[in-house]
Amino acid sequence: MNTPISWLKAYVPDLDVPVEDFVDAITLSGSHVESYEKKDKNLEKIVVGKLLKIEPHPDADKLVICQVDIGAEAPIQIVTGAHNMKEGDLVPTVLDGGRVAGGHDGGPLPENGIKIKKGKLRGIDSYGMMCAIEELGADKNLYPEAPEDGLYIFPEDSGVEPGDDAIAALGLRDSVVEYEITSNRVDCFSIIGMAREAAATYGLAFKPPVVPDTTKGGDVDNYASVEVLDTDLCPRYCARVVKNLKIGPSPKWMRERLAAQGIRSINNLVDITNYVMEEYGQPMHAFDLDTLSGHKIVVKRAKDGDKFVTLDGQERTLDSGVLMICDGEKEVAIAGIMGGENSMVTDSISNLLFEAACFDGTNIRLASKRIGLRTDASSKFEKGLDPNLALEAINRACQLIEELGCGEVVDGVIDVYPNPVTPWELPFEPEKMNKLLGMEVPEAQMLEYFARLGLTYNKDTNSLTIPTYRQDLHCMADLAEEVARLYGYDKLPSTLPRGEATVGKKQFHMLVEDILREVAENNGFSGGMCYSFESPKVYDKLLIPEEDELRKAIVISNPLGEDFSIMRTISLNGMITSLSTNYNRRNKSARLYEIGNVYLPKALPLTELPDEVSMMTLGMYGEGDFFTLKGVLEEMFGKLGITKSFTYDPKGGYPYLHPGRQAAVKDGDTVIGYIGQLHPQVVENYDMKGEVYVAVIELPKVTALATFDRKYEGIAKFPASTRDLSMVMDKSIFVGQIEDIIRKNGGKLLESYQLFDVYEGEQVGAGKKSVAYSMTFRAKDRNLETDEVNTVTNKIIEGLKALGIELRS
Amino acid sequence: MKDKLREIREEAMKKIEAAKDLDALNEIKIGVLGKKGDLTQVLKSMKDVAPEDRPKVGQMVNDTRAAIEEKLESVRKEIANKIREEKMKNEVIDVTLPGTHKLIGHRHPNQIALEDLERVFVGMGYEIVEGPEVEYDHYNFELLNIPANHPAKDEQDTFYINKEILLRTQTSPVQARVMEDKVREAKETNSKMKPIRIIAPGRVFRSDEVDATHSPSFHQVEGLVIDKNITFADLKGTLQQFAQEFFGPETKIKLRPHHFPFTEPSAEVDVSCFKCGGKGCRMCKGSGWIEILGCGMVHPKVLTDCGIDPEEYSGFAFGIGLERVALLKYEIDDMRLLYENDVRFLNQF
Repeated sequence: MNTPISWLKAYVPDLDVPVEDFVDAITLSGSHVESYEKKDKNLEKIVVGKLLKIEPHPDADKLVICQVDIGAEAPIQIVTGAHNMKEGDLVPTVLDGGRVAGGHDGGPLPENGIKIKKGKLRGIDSYGMMCAIEELGADKNLYPEAPEDGLYIFPEDSGVEPGDDAIAALGLRDSVVEYEITSNRVDCFSIIGMAREAAATYGLAFKPPVVPDTTKGGDVDNYASVEVLDTDLCPRYCARVVKNLKIGPSPKWMRERLAAQGIRSINNLVDITNYVMEEYGQPMHAFDLDTLSGHKIVVKRAKDGDKFVTLDGQERTLDSGVLMICDGEKEVAIAGIMGGENSMVTDSISNLLFEAACFDGTNIRLASKRIGLRTDASSKFEKGLDPNLALEAINRACQLIEELGCGEVVDGVIDVYPNPVTPWELPFEPEKMNKLLGMEVPEAQMLEYFARLGLTYNKDTNSLTIPTYRQDLHCMADLAEEVARLYGYDKLPSTLPRGEATVGKKQFHMLVEDILREVAENNGFSGGMCYSFESPKVYDKLLIPEEDELRKAIVISNPLGEDFSIMRTISLNGMITSLSTNYNRRNKSARLYEIGNVYLPKALPLTELPDEVSMMTLGMYGEGDFFTLKGVLEEMFGKLGITKSFTYDPKGGYPYLHPGRQAAVKDGDTVIGYIGQLHPQVVENYDMKGEVYVAVIELPKVTALATFDRKYEGIAKFPASTRDLSMVMDKSIFVGQIEDIIRKNGGKLLESYQLFDVYEGEQVGAGKKSVAYSMTFRAKDRNLETDEVNTVTNKIIEGLKALGIELRS
Repeated sequence: MKDKLREIREEAMKKIEAAKDLDALNEIKIGVLGKKGDLTQVLKSMKDVAPEDRPKVGQMVNDTRAAIEEKLESVRKEIANKIREEKMKNEVIDVTLPGTHKLIGHRHPNQIALEDLERVFVGMGYEIVEGPEVEYDHYNFELLNIPANHPAKDEQDTFYINKEILLRTQTSPVQARVMEDKVREAKETNSKMKPIRIIAPGRVFRSDEVDATHSPSFHQVEGLVIDKNITFADLKGTLQQFAQEFFGPETKIKLRPHHFPFTEPSAEVDVSCFKCGGKGCRMCKGSGWIEILGCGMVHPKVLTDCGIDPEEYSGFAFGIGLERVALLKYEIDDMRLLYENDVRFLNQF
């Protein structure tokens, strides 16, 4: 929404503040100013000058020497290259030290304009500059009297005198302010609405246009009739008739105001409808009465599949949700969106039917979207207009028609308004408002604020009457906001909530996450962030079989595209994609982790919310291998106080992992995650090469096992005995099996064990490997006897032999 | 005997003085104090001394031994010190060489901003809670006073799974869930509702194409306080305190009236630019202020619909755009960087 300050001033005559103050004040009272533009930016020391004398330049054919009366005691001398002027002409003249907005070529305006200083032109003194309209940064279209090329010459009837402020004379002492109006303030999408806000903000008198009532009596019913069949979509339809139209240009003041709104002037009739649309926020439509069959308007829904050609020549396909304006035979306009080609107003129009209606906002919005046509009118209607605005606006338009000599308005109005909206009452509750706000605004001051906003107070009922244009006011809190914003949010005190103290805290699983992040980061993994939605193609990239449960993903009905169309059921794609980004940007190595949800539907199609399972995903390439990553997992579990050891089952069967380098991480039979090297085909699918390792753990399962309880166990007082075992075995035996036996047979005396060597090669023979463990035994209460240690060690050796493991000497 | 001892002592002292290294010193020690050493020989000849003189002579021998030992020790220390000095001279390192680094990962800037924010609010007595990202229309819109056909519900803004289920467009549905929970809890325990003071951070979704300033997925931090006698001024004071803790003690805030369907009165909040301190710079587009959040008093209809009597309780809510804060704080000029996970980006935090 834009308003020129000058247009606001037309209704708030006392509004006399610098635009800089205005934008701050109106923002603080609720109409957020996005930007503003001063039309007189960089226009300094520019007065009306009268050409007294024009003489040729002695040394330059293209220059002339002028004596210009600037309203001062003596004229000044200006040398110019312009030739479109004659003695006696009045022109905008910049004095020495002044400034203009741009060059006469009309090119882009420099930020700080152009400074004008006295100087010599081919040896002759020049004390200023006479201006073309382009040099003033003004839109040439608004000054049709300006020459194609040359100085701007004030028309004879402009009534300006030498020395007058030329900028004011040209209507450039103005600023255009652009607001971001919130959707609840439909009334502010109009000049009148903003003028009311400006007046309320400053506590000034608000003087909207005075429109004479010409709706009574008259014989408009003899000219036309209106029938609304679908009143649910059209709560009100007003129509008036204008005879003997005289189409012509509209006056300059109207063209200027329209231009400030970005609207091009067409002719007086079109301009009036646009003008009133800006002024009142009510779109209107003009029909050539003589082309309306039966001089009749019928408002009804279209039929599915109907075709209709709008006045832009496009054929539109309609449906039964689209409201149409019809005459006695045919459709003539899409209600609230655009008129039809068949009823278009032409210059030869002589009788006019004016429409100002109220259409259901939601329906207009949805229909305009379905048709694919959004217009100035539809964007106003879709906000949901006050039906009482329609009559005010149509009367205003008729007033302007008469004032501008555009035609003869037929007295009377056709007004189909079966359920009129009337002002409503709200109780006036100053204590409650002050209690909600935490303020102490006196009652009288509140009432004064409400009066500024057009709310009237009824002492008998202690209630406020809400005008229908304030569709947003329905309860005490709404009124409290009105008080607060006019009082000033900046004057609101700052206090803190009192009452019962509360304990600030994080949930347990958040503390677990904090630890996991820390461990990951201490091991070189940086935190990443991945999207929750992805492409269904990721399942193929990850080699996930057709019937796999993972493919049962939630589908977004209106995604941004296939790549963002399903909610992820596996966290790997985001991780691998990120690693691939790093790889293809030639980062030598990368380690990333991500904590984020996967979305597992309980059933498809979705009838209840899915399980959102938080996953920690680790991924890396470059330095490190499977065991680097496994070490990180082990460290995480350790830091979470998980003392039981998880098993690493090589038979997890994860299709996206290397079949010989993967493990399901298990707590008993429960899989809590997996770890492995990516399958080389997956690596290739993501445009990478080499070894990529990933690990994923399900946070809810880990969180359930985590504990921050620690009990001090005492530092061992008695010495430990160690025994090293070096053994040879088939390659197929996993050290996990050896450790199971060491643990089981080691009994209470076994304190710890440590793998210190794994070797495969010639010395141990094909298909074999050697493995060496160091075991530590200790008793808490005594020195261990050698025999005791030997007995346990032998028990372990016996167990290992049963697996076919030989001891090396 | 006495002379002999003096002779041994003087001889030994002289040699010790002259010793150049530890080996020489050792030799002297053996030569004097060793089994066959001079002093030991003297002791051996004690049997020739008259018994009444023995204690005296013995004392003299011990004195001599002590003196020599003392001397030996002091010279040994001297030599050892010298050797250590020499050794250290050869151990000079180039201290200007770079330090060795353990490979340490970095926290995501969004996460850092979130943790900073959480710390402030936890310190102010707020509990951190979460809610589902795939959410019912009922919580995301209906309970927040956003009725059917409201433009905010348009498909161009909201990702829908079906008519009832969508990807939440805001963290505000957590407000409704928390209020319902507290009301239920109070009913079940037959007690008064406990005050609510929560923040709810989380991922939200809007149908925006990816570009430098938009992402279809981003994060918000929702705040909600419900109690008796909570006022709009309390909201202002709370946000003032938050801003000073989070952006620095000099930070000022400015509330501007705004509209949200689920709060009334509502406001948008600007903080004084934390880069230029309010003088005006590129970051604040010359205004000296930066918009960071939306807030307001919880709408009575929202309270009522969640089972709370607005005549008895009131409250405020606010929503902070986490990415907005993170991007501003770290002067990141392209939102896409947050989701690319390029280690050269992440390593900077």
